[in-house]
Amino acid sequence: MTALDRAVRRWGRLLVGLPPYAWLVVFFLVPFLIVIKISLSQAIMGIPPYTPLLEWGEDAVLTIRIALGSFGTLFGDELYAFAYLNSLRLAAIATFCCLLLGYPAAYAIARSSHSVRNLLLLLVALPFWTSFLIRVYAWIGILKTEGLLNGLLLWLGVIDTPLQILETDLAVLIGMVYSYLPFMVLPLFATLEKMDMSLLEAAADLGCRPFQAFISVTLPLSMPGIVAGSLLVFIPAVGEFVIPDLLGGPDTLMIGKILWAEFFDNRDWPVASAVAVAMLVLLVVPVMIFQRLQGQATEGTR
Amino acid sequence: MAQTVAQRPTFSPWTDPDAVPLIRFEAVSKRFGDFVAVDQVDLSIHAGEFFSLLGASGCGKTTLLRMLAGFETPTSGRIFIDGTDVSAIPPYERPVNMMFQSYALFPHMTVEQNVAFGLKQDGVPKPRIREKVRDVLDLVQMSRFGGRKPHQLSGGQRQRVALARCLAKEPKVLLLDEPLAALDRQLRERTQLELVGIQERVGITFVMVTHDQGEAMTMSSRIAVMNSGCLEQVGTPVEIYEYPGTRFVADFIGAANMFEGVVASDNHDLLVVTCPELERDLSISHSGSVPVGAPVTVMVRPEKMVVQRESPSETMNGVKGVVADIAYLGDVSIYHIALPSGRRVEVLRTNLRHTGEQELTWEDEVHLAWHPANAMVLTR
Amino acid sequence: MSTGWGRNRALALYGLLSLAYAFLYVPIVVMIIYSFNASRLVTVWGGFSFKWYGELLQDEKVLDAAWLSLQVAFANATIATILGTLAAVVLVRFRRFRGRTLFTGMIAAPLVMPEIITGLAMLLLFVAMEQAIGWPQGRSMTTIVIAHVTFSLSFVTVVVQSRLAQMDASLEEAAMDLGARPAKVFLVITLPIIAPALLAGWLLAFTLSIDDVVISAFVSGPGASPLPIVIFSKVRLGVSPEINALATIVVALVGVAMAIAGRVMLSRDRDERHRPTVTSPQPV
Repeated sequence: MTALDRAVRRWGRLLVGLPPYAWLVVFFLVPFLIVIKISLSQAIMGIPPYTPLLEWGEDAVLTIRIALGSFGTLFGDELYAFAYLNSLRLAAIATFCCLLLGYPAAYAIARSSHSVRNLLLLLVALPFWTSFLIRVYAWIGILKTEGLLNGLLLWLGVIDTPLQILETDLAVLIGMVYSYLPFMVLPLFATLEKMDMSLLEAAADLGCRPFQAFISVTLPLSMPGIVAGSLLVFIPAVGEFVIPDLLGGPDTLMIGKILWAEFFDNRDWPVASAVAVAMLVLLVVPVMIFQRLQGQATEGTR
Repeated sequence: MAQTVAQRPTFSPWTDPDAVPLIRFEAVSKRFGDFVAVDQVDLSIHAGEFFSLLGASGCGKTTLLRMLAGFETPTSGRIFIDGTDVSAIPPYERPVNMMFQSYALFPHMTVEQNVAFGLKQDGVPKPRIREKVRDVLDLVQMSRFGGRKPHQLSGGQRQRVALARCLAKEPKVLLLDEPLAALDRQLRERTQLELVGIQERVGITFVMVTHDQGEAMTMSSRIAVMNSGCLEQVGTPVEIYEYPGTRFVADFIGAANMFEGVVASDNHDLLVVTCPELERDLSISHSGSVPVGAPVTVMVRPEKMVVQRESPSETMNGVKGVVADIAYLGDVSIYHIALPSGRRVEVLRTNLRHTGEQELTWEDEVHLAWHPANAMVLTR
Repeated sequence: MSTGWGRNRALALYGLLSLAYAFLYVPIVVMIIYSFNASRLVTVWGGFSFKWYGELLQDEKVLDAAWLSLQVAFANATIATILGTLAAVVLVRFRRFRGRTLFTGMIAAPLVMPEIITGLAMLLLFVAMEQAIGWPQGRSMTTIVIAHVTFSLSFVTVVVQSRLAQMDASLEEAAMDLGARPAKVFLVITLPIIAPALLAGWLLAFTLSIDDVVISAFVSGPGASPLPIVIFSKVRLGVSPEINALATIVVALVGVAMAIAGRVMLSRDRDERHRPTVTSPQPV
């Protein structure tokens, strides 16, 4: 009976753990290995449009064919390097703008009274629950040459001729800040809310002026929120496709757009895979930091 | 030594060599990785006892209790309840129930549903469940709150419901993990005696974990003092306080003044101990044999000493010192006497006079005196 | 405002907060207003009209896509909630097991992984699988659901995990102590207590799925285009007032849902506040 019971418990654990584990291995881990594999093969016409990496010869000889051609293309053409750098640049600027706008917002929400706090939070989260695509699309109408913003500025007499905002990097930045702002505000709010207000009172009591207290107490204590929020904005922004595609112009080079074009327009799967692998390498450090934070957070709640 | 202690005449099964204990731990150890939480514990608990496991946090008392409940399995050793080895039986099949420190009342169920939960698991017929729930809620005086949810109750009320939920299943053993720790002091003291009353009424064996020695002393038939995974001493409250077996127990239960020394002689019923820091040798009434020359500790409780200006008689032990501090507590005052060696001794004095006037004051030279029967020699 | 903050500072702070909200809401409001504009041009107000709603509701392609999206989102949310809850139980309750590091990594990675990489990887997997075992055949609802579950499962896990970690573990022990077997404990005690998190996770997964463009673009085919793909191809061609109407409907639906959720949460909050205070239990 006891041995049976223990077996039941062990099988129970397996029954609980196996489905999500197996799902993630098959549908998340394996695909990445496939991406790496394909990035090391050559493009051909056919289905699928790439050469196999491993091949069993007629006399049972295993041939491994590794083609570094795709990565050669990546390093050879400076278009790619430029796209990578531009993605990093735009993502970094967008992250900084989100922080600049999001920090005071999160601070104000965290310091507001309980009755309005939930409402304010709900209002930050609400756009997230509506369609991302539609919200990006909304900016086209506002930013385009004959759009609302130019109309307003012309009417106010600030400008004489309409500005070209749509199809520039600026439009992409506006779109990114707009789309990712909630991801900055929510983690910032979470850390700021937890902060003990008596710390600021203690600082004031010890002779610290409010601004100094903010710099030397609030800011360091909200660092985890700043890092988490920044990564939540930065990492997806680097790989963003929809925003540069809709708001950017033909010369807005971003790595997500390049990948899309290689895959859908050129049907060059190996190069698309190589672009993805290179993007992953680029993001490995920020992703690791994020995972560390996530791990610490879950340890902490235990 | 047990013979010298006045015991309840009716209930002391542990003194009967033929009595079969209800719970038996046999060389039970529990390791978590490298950490030894419980180390080779042998312990017997008899039916009808109110037994306490007492110790500081991290001493292994909770682990011992959780092994009894079945939440932890011993790394080695065996546990018997009513003659059955339960080491491998899961918690849901053991004849024990536990009252948790947090009470662990199911927040989504009413008081009645909480109390009925255990009976429902056993497949007890509905009318019987209803009857039983009513009975135990009556017992803990919570009948009026049957329809409430846990978050609508006060701390004391939740504690009662948690108790009722365990009692409903009429377990052979009821385990209590710091049952009163979440209550404020006044309520705690009232509940202590109430809990003992309920235990006597239902006749179920209680095993309680606590870090509060006062609580253990007030409520228990016997106490096991634990220290870093081992049992230091098992005994009645009187035994534990008056005849501590080790320095740790002497220090942990109540206050104790301890003098390190060496046995100088052993004349008929008096042991003489030489302490390097004291002028006079100490005499202690005999309790077991200690070889001459062995290092020992002499322990004297603060209330067993008298503080006086004049030098004590030859038959008494005496130590000279200076009043260094007086802590006035109302009913009593604690005098801190500095010895010539620089070390301080605590003495308790009842404030018999109403005026609050102290006849002794700071810097007074005084003598401490105690009778040889009022001290203990500790070898461990 | 709390002590130490002057009136001006508070005003400046709330000014910035209003700015942030304006930034978030002006585009949405503009879209809603123009969904009722009879004119096709953004800058011209051609009078109030429901014309674009009418056109939207006659667009078979949009309606089909919306129906598909709803089905996908429903299936995805349900599967992701089941798997995500199991994963959360594993992370919170099973302290040590082989491959734990890999598991936590696989849970956290999709949270930040650029969608375009996940999409590409998923498609390449489906192609390889079709070659190797003949399944899944082509791009269909099945492939979209699988891809969506893979990335939304992590979000569900995080939501459920935090609730599960907050839950007093002795509740489960108490149930077991009272005679309930582990599976029953989970069903009767754990599930009801974490139910709000399951609901939140389900809604999150639903939203992520119905909103997703990039991953769907990779794993959907000509026969199975979810709504965002249809919108995306329309939008790429320029402003289309139909989309304004669609956006307004979406915002209205979400707004109503949020208002209900907010009301429920608020009333629960009030319940909790009635709770009498108890001195917290001391650690043993």
